[in-house]
Amino acid sequence: MGSKASTLLREEEIEEIKKETGFSHSQITRLYSRFTSLDKGENGTLSREDFQRIPELAINPLGDRIINAFFPEGEDQVNFRGFMRILAHFRPIEDNEKKSVAVSEPLNSRTNKLLFAFRLYDLDRDDKISREELLQVLRMMVGVNISDDQLGSIADRTIQEADTNGDNSISFNEFIKVLEKVDVEQKMSIRFLH
Amino acid sequence: MGTFALHALLLLALCCSAGKCELQESETSAQTDSPGVDPFMSGPDEPQASPVEDRANLPVFTMDYPRIQVPFEFTMWVLLASFAKIGFNIYHKITIWIPESCLLISIGLIVGAIMHSVKEEPPAVLNSNVFFLYMLPLIVLDSGYFMPTRPFFENVGTVLWYAVVGTLWNSIGIGISLFAICQFEVFGVQDINLQENLLFASIVSTVDPVAALNVFDDIGVNEQTYIIIFGEGLFNDAVTVVLYNMFTFLAALPVVESTDVFLGTAQFLVVAAGGVLFGLVFGFVAAFTTRFTHGVRQIEPLFVFLYSYLAYLVAECFAISSVMALITCAITMKYYVEENVSQSSCTTIRHVVKMLATISETLIFFFLGVVTITTEHEWNWAYILFTLLFAFVWRGIGMLVLTQIINPFRTVPLNFTDQFGLAYGGLRGAICFALVFTLPDSINRKDLFVTASIAVITFTVFIQGISIRPILEYMNIRKTNKDVDTINVEIHTRTMEHVLSGVEDLCGQWSHYYWKDKFKKFNDRVLRRILLRHNRAESSIVSLYKRLELQSAIGLLDSPMGDLGAAPSLLPLHDERKEATRPKKKFLAADVRKMHHILSKNMYNIRQKTMAYTNKYDLPDDSQNREILICRHASVRRSLRAASFRQPPSQHIPRSQKYFSLQPGTALRPPSRGGDVQHRSAPPSRSPCRSPVPLERLDTIEGTGRASSRPSSPPPGPDAWDHRGPRGPEGSGFGGRKAPGRSHSDRPDEGEPEDRDGREHETLLWDSPRGGGGPGSG
Repeated sequence: MGSKASTLLREEEIEEIKKETGFSHSQITRLYSRFTSLDKGENGTLSREDFQRIPELAINPLGDRIINAFFPEGEDQVNFRGFMRILAHFRPIEDNEKKSVAVSEPLNSRTNKLLFAFRLYDLDRDDKISREELLQVLRMMVGVNISDDQLGSIADRTIQEADTNGDNSISFNEFIKVLEKVDVEQKMSIRFLH
Repeated sequence: MGTFALHALLLLALCCSAGKCELQESETSAQTDSPGVDPFMSGPDEPQASPVEDRANLPVFTMDYPRIQVPFEFTMWVLLASFAKIGFNIYHKITIWIPESCLLISIGLIVGAIMHSVKEEPPAVLNSNVFFLYMLPLIVLDSGYFMPTRPFFENVGTVLWYAVVGTLWNSIGIGISLFAICQFEVFGVQDINLQENLLFASIVSTVDPVAALNVFDDIGVNEQTYIIIFGEGLFNDAVTVVLYNMFTFLAALPVVESTDVFLGTAQFLVVAAGGVLFGLVFGFVAAFTTRFTHGVRQIEPLFVFLYSYLAYLVAECFAISSVMALITCAITMKYYVEENVSQSSCTTIRHVVKMLATISETLIFFFLGVVTITTEHEWNWAYILFTLLFAFVWRGIGMLVLTQIINPFRTVPLNFTDQFGLAYGGLRGAICFALVFTLPDSINRKDLFVTASIAVITFTVFIQGISIRPILEYMNIRKTNKDVDTINVEIHTRTMEHVLSGVEDLCGQWSHYYWKDKFKKFNDRVLRRILLRHNRAESSIVSLYKRLELQSAIGLLDSPMGDLGAAPSLLPLHDERKEATRPKKKFLAADVRKMHHILSKNMYNIRQKTMAYTNKYDLPDDSQNREILICRHASVRRSLRAASFRQPPSQHIPRSQKYFSLQPGTALRPPSRGGDVQHRSAPPSRSPCRSPVPLERLDTIEGTGRASSRPSSPPPGPDAWDHRGPRGPEGSGFGGRKAPGRSHSDRPDEGEPEDRDGREHETLLWDSPRGGGGPGSG
């Protein structure tokens, strides 16, 4: 399986992905074999059903949102480049991040990681987390045991804490500000082993 | 609790007095009931009645207690323990603080005290054969059957490291230290030689960390630590039994040579590997058998038990590690058998395994309590105190050293809290007592060993078991100072953790992926074809989903939530629009703290921290997964069915998008408000998929769902509730079973209101106890 996978993925592609995402050669081939094993239709792209088939994702409260994050706007197939582009957000930040020259800011920078998280809330891409969007995600995360009033209060408090310009929603800059003390690099990084 | 105690005492008094009274009773019964005696002429006529009695009239009522004594008392004891468990569980707070083993030992002590006071001897049934052939397999089967295989195999190296090497370290360390103590004349234990010390040490180092597992789950250690302590508890049974046999053999030898030690090690390896092999063979045979049992569903569970017991016995016959054989058999068998047998057989198997294990463990703890009071004890302060000390110290040192060695090889190193938890959580349990009690009598000072091990067990179970929770909570609280965090941080960090665990699952496991993939291919191509009856190439998500949904549907019908006749107290449904435009509320510090508290209690744990196998005495707890799955099942089902029906994406994506906007909470709004919510979320469902938003469809579904059930008056409350209610659980239940036949377009019309009903009434009914707190909690 290993050798079969790498012959399907050409060297130039690997190089391009390497430049864009910063993954190493072996990481890319490993992820490619994972990609192909998920791709039941064997057409080089993944659909939402392919993601839904992962049982652990099914019982992840934010499973839908995570899966949705992989698909660019309006599309429901994602190819390997797109797959890697999203996964690149979760690469740990190394001290000598000088490799990527193609993009000004690497995909796994702190800002981009925060942007990924922000986009999970902000479905309509208006760069604001409104109270309803916050409530949706909250409800997904707390289950059925909290009443709407309590959840509403929690959402209100959340917005109150973060909102500095008084528009009753959280903008991306406010989001960054409120999480400035959090070690986002560690919380949003997966150690991809060799 | 009072009534139960009373019942228990009454039963006990009955069975104790019955033992003594049977002789008198058998005499009097013949007298009083012989038909020849005139009932009015009782006293003075009794001597006269005796010649009549000699004719041997047919006794109408006799009582023959000795005949039933053993099974009767067995049943009484198990019944008593079960009453105690019922009583205990009524007071939830107690079960949080006091582990169940404490409870069982206490009951045993009470029973022992009663027996001792009536000068009754406990039945001498706990001997070596009974324990090894009847009791131990049940306990081990339970551990093996409910073992979480995925985390286990991913951490198998670490688990075995701690289980095997750790137990060896402990045994040898404690043994040698005790031997050193024995050299001092002042303690008076010189006659215990090295082999006996090692034997005792190997018994005493068996841990049974059940209580620690509960605490770990609440505190939240990572999955690896969890599976380590679980696996350790499991495997050191095997290791200890092997060591026990080895040291018993050695203890009988006058002189031990180094070749014996080498042979011992070799024997250990042969024994372990042989056990695994036997287990695999029996497991596969069992799986194969269940392939053909579709016509005889009633006896399907029997095969599980028969084959595992066979594996155990055959391994015992060849002096191979029967515990390993049984565990391997259970693990192998479970995966295939659960797919072959019917759902009810599956449930039966699980319940029976748990029941038998509970009985076995209960009886052992009972014996512990009874024996503590009733037997002659040999108390030697020095030996016992040193045993306690060394057990504690060596475990602590062992944990530190072993962790230092293995941490570099691990992806997630164990930090100090984890190590402390592992060390402190090493409680001793039933197996320890049973092993020491069944020592051959040729060991002199056996009574001392029994006393010492009882002391160790009691100490660890009571003191360590009760104190581990506060200590770990204290240690954990010091690290994460929740009050400093803002609500934002708490919510967003949890979001990020969920995302991270989701993406990790998406990427699959790294280091073992190659082997796992290979095994999976082998499994799919070869094993599943042979061993499974219907080899549906069903993805695990669908089967997981169906199983959970089926169980939850049945559960909903049974639970009080399903009883919708009792309308919940009406909550004033806050109009959310009003809230949003309200002037900003002032949040006091107390409110914020309360919010933190609510969030920490209610936010779903990340997969790693969700352990389905927390409590040894309970069945695995799927409730969090079930909840999440129910809440998501609309979107999951749709995308799965879309795949099979090849629907054009525009038709099904909107629904899953629509699902994003529909959360259980929003469904409670009155129709106008609900429409508003839909409207406001129209943009979200529009842009990501760029297809026309089926707003009309949304409204009509809601319209049909609501219009039929809701009166036009503002509070939609009880009538809508009662009307929609009964459809709810059936809806979700039938929803699951309707899977193949119906066409795709039909589904949403019925599915949507039903789904929301199902979720709605879950939400609302959960709300009702907190109804009073609603307005005031902000």
